[in-house]
Amino acid sequence: MPTFEYAPAPESRAVVDIRNSYGLFVGGEFVDAEGGTAFKTVNPATEEVLAEVAEAGEADVDAAVRAARNAYTRVWSRMSGADRGKYLYRIARIIQERAREFAVLETLDNGKPIRESRDVDVPLVAAHFFYHAGWADKLEYASLGADPRPVGVVGQVIPWNFPLLMLAWKVAPALACGNTVVLKPAETTPLTALLFAEVCQQADLPPGVVNIVTGAGATGQAIVDHPGIDKLAFTGSTAVGKMIARSIAGTRKKATLELGGKAANIVFDDAAIDQAVEGIVDGIFFNQGHVCCAGSRILVQESIAEELDHRLKRRLGTLRVGDPLDKNTDVGAINSRTQLERIEEMVKVGEAEGAERWDSGCDLPVDGFWFRPTVFSNVSQSHRIAQEEIFGPVVSVLTFRTPGEAVAKANNTPYGLSAGIWTEKGSRILWMADQLRAGVVWANTFNKFDPTSPFGGYKESGYGREGGRHGLEAYVKTGAGE
Amino acid sequence: MSTDTDVDVTARARDILGVSRLTNSALTGWLHGLPGVDQVGCEARAASLSTRSIKTSSKAWAVDTAISMIDLTTLEGADTPGKVRGLAARALVPDPSDPTTPRPAAVCVYGDMVPFAKEVLGEHPVNVAAVATAFPSGRASRAVKLADTRDAVANGADEIDMVIDRGAFLTGDYRAVFDEVAETRAACGEARLKVIMETGELVTYDNVRRASWLSMLAGADFIKTSTGKISPAATLPVTLVMLEAVRDWRELTGDQVGVKPAGGIRTSKDAIKYLVTVNEVAGEDWLDNHWFRFGASSLLNDLILQRQKMATGAYSGGDYVADDAPSGY
Repeated sequence: MPTFEYAPAPESRAVVDIRNSYGLFVGGEFVDAEGGTAFKTVNPATEEVLAEVAEAGEADVDAAVRAARNAYTRVWSRMSGADRGKYLYRIARIIQERAREFAVLETLDNGKPIRESRDVDVPLVAAHFFYHAGWADKLEYASLGADPRPVGVVGQVIPWNFPLLMLAWKVAPALACGNTVVLKPAETTPLTALLFAEVCQQADLPPGVVNIVTGAGATGQAIVDHPGIDKLAFTGSTAVGKMIARSIAGTRKKATLELGGKAANIVFDDAAIDQAVEGIVDGIFFNQGHVCCAGSRILVQESIAEELDHRLKRRLGTLRVGDPLDKNTDVGAINSRTQLERIEEMVKVGEAEGAERWDSGCDLPVDGFWFRPTVFSNVSQSHRIAQEEIFGPVVSVLTFRTPGEAVAKANNTPYGLSAGIWTEKGSRILWMADQLRAGVVWANTFNKFDPTSPFGGYKESGYGREGGRHGLEAYVKTGAGE
Repeated sequence: MSTDTDVDVTARARDILGVSRLTNSALTGWLHGLPGVDQVGCEARAASLSTRSIKTSSKAWAVDTAISMIDLTTLEGADTPGKVRGLAARALVPDPSDPTTPRPAAVCVYGDMVPFAKEVLGEHPVNVAAVATAFPSGRASRAVKLADTRDAVANGADEIDMVIDRGAFLTGDYRAVFDEVAETRAACGEARLKVIMETGELVTYDNVRRASWLSMLAGADFIKTSTGKISPAATLPVTLVMLEAVRDWRELTGDQVGVKPAGGIRTSKDAIKYLVTVNEVAGEDWLDNHWFRFGASSLLNDLILQRQKMATGAYSGGDYVADDAPSGY
């Protein structure tokens, strides 16, 4: 038994009130789905069913798009930017007031540790609404082009890894620019989006400005295919992103896609090594590795490879894996059985490819979906575990000898979402950042997000940017057109 | 003075550095070759460790452990035999209302006050630590500093808290710092030596790391943050860097060195953050008052308040904690 054992410190569930069943949020009200079908959402840490959620069919999506179009034409596109900003500020404040409720619900539905939902997700959500509230009446001064105007009705499909945060990334800029939205949360994590719908009611947001339709892939396809949608915004897998791009080819619809990644986290021999180890942990074990910009490939300079390996594994031995609601948990549950199976399959592939597998050997809960923090050493570029996104707490360690080799290996991937550089040499940071084909390059840090900073990918990691001034561009049209 | 210990320490240092002569440039190359510390990352890690939630049984353990790690301190020009006797008596009976309360590890006083503390503590297992080497500034000749140390040891001090020559360190004269620590170590005899780096004057985490390694190389039994006379005194990120240093030093040499943050740690909550950091950075081998200390005085009062609260379910107040030596340190 450890000398200093931390007693359980669970956050109370009492703050959230989960209903047995949820309808769709259309035109400012919760309504039943026409087909009447529903699906269950479970707590991935216990497999307990949390609620039944309506599954939206084509007719429901159509109703939602019509509600959004009405709200767009009659109210939201005509409202002054200052007034739109007022609503967004109100939403931001309500989210702050109900932060604990959102954090607990996100942890229950997603499996991420309460420490992250409380300290990272929900504060960033509020920050995104505050930031975009500020833009609402200043779009003419954002250098977007002449006469920036809203695009119309926006269809938004978001993933399960940061359910509420991805909602904020999508909804806040859309609304700030005068668009209305039809949003589909992921089927495994719909609950915080539905709580957000309550916040829209609480903020007296005009009905139809935000519509939330729950469901799986078919619901998403119905949004993509609906002729009333002017623009699509998607975050998720590259495979689905490609399907969306194919679906809208030849239509007038615009799209921004934020897709997968296989980021290189590059550690030079002069790095501040203790902080680099922390950066690796934050890069790949944050949110169980369910992060599109996760630093899933460590590129370490050969001269310190052994030392880094030792330090990293020692540190992983101190990670606390378990009950996501416990305030001392560092790594929570894998979001779904499907995802767990995908991770297990990729780990088998890695072993078969001859990479050396190590995990922390920590105890795991019996129920729920769990995977130990895992390190693969002796990985080559040609291994599938170095090429394909695993989207779990699994990191592949590769080595390099020179800065040029590090750049070449980092860029040798179909993806290009993010990268990290660890060195005490400032000039090398600038040189590397210039060479790396990745939308975000972090220097001596990793997985840091801020609403003022644009985020997005190169190559198969997608197109378009979210956040910052650049993120507004996708939600306005400018000049004389239309 | 050149003793066997002195020779041993220099020989070991040459061996560790892989040099035939322990020159200043050899020391500089070695210390500046240590990995840097990224300030932002280091502070973020400390802040993250501060969010650990320590409740119920683990809190009770942490409060008792923290009490047992205190060097109960008074270091004032106005110290008198009476005040020191009071402090020592307090160390023997930290909470008259609860005899199960653990005792602090030591009382820490100026060298001339050691006999008065010893007089009260006698053979009880509470040590007497004395500050020496022209504490707190360290601005005196080597001879004076060594005499100061020998005087405190002769007075019966079990532990010596020396200060390094920050001036020498900051000018890059690492050999001078090494020699002074090594000679003080030799002058300590059986007493354990804590080396105060005065991190508030070293300013950067890179300097803290280098001073930690230099002190350990020269034979420190403990590395200690501060005198308590300079602000900032102990901080969690500085202590984190020192804990990384002792952890890595043990991996390199097999020798374990203790850590003592001192000054500015006043609440139980703060103390628990330090214990969490010890646990998760250096490891549980350091969770013992032989290897980790708090230099503090008012901290004891708050820990006892928490202890009483856990026993009775209600907060009492300052008047329910017997305090013989109220002090700002």
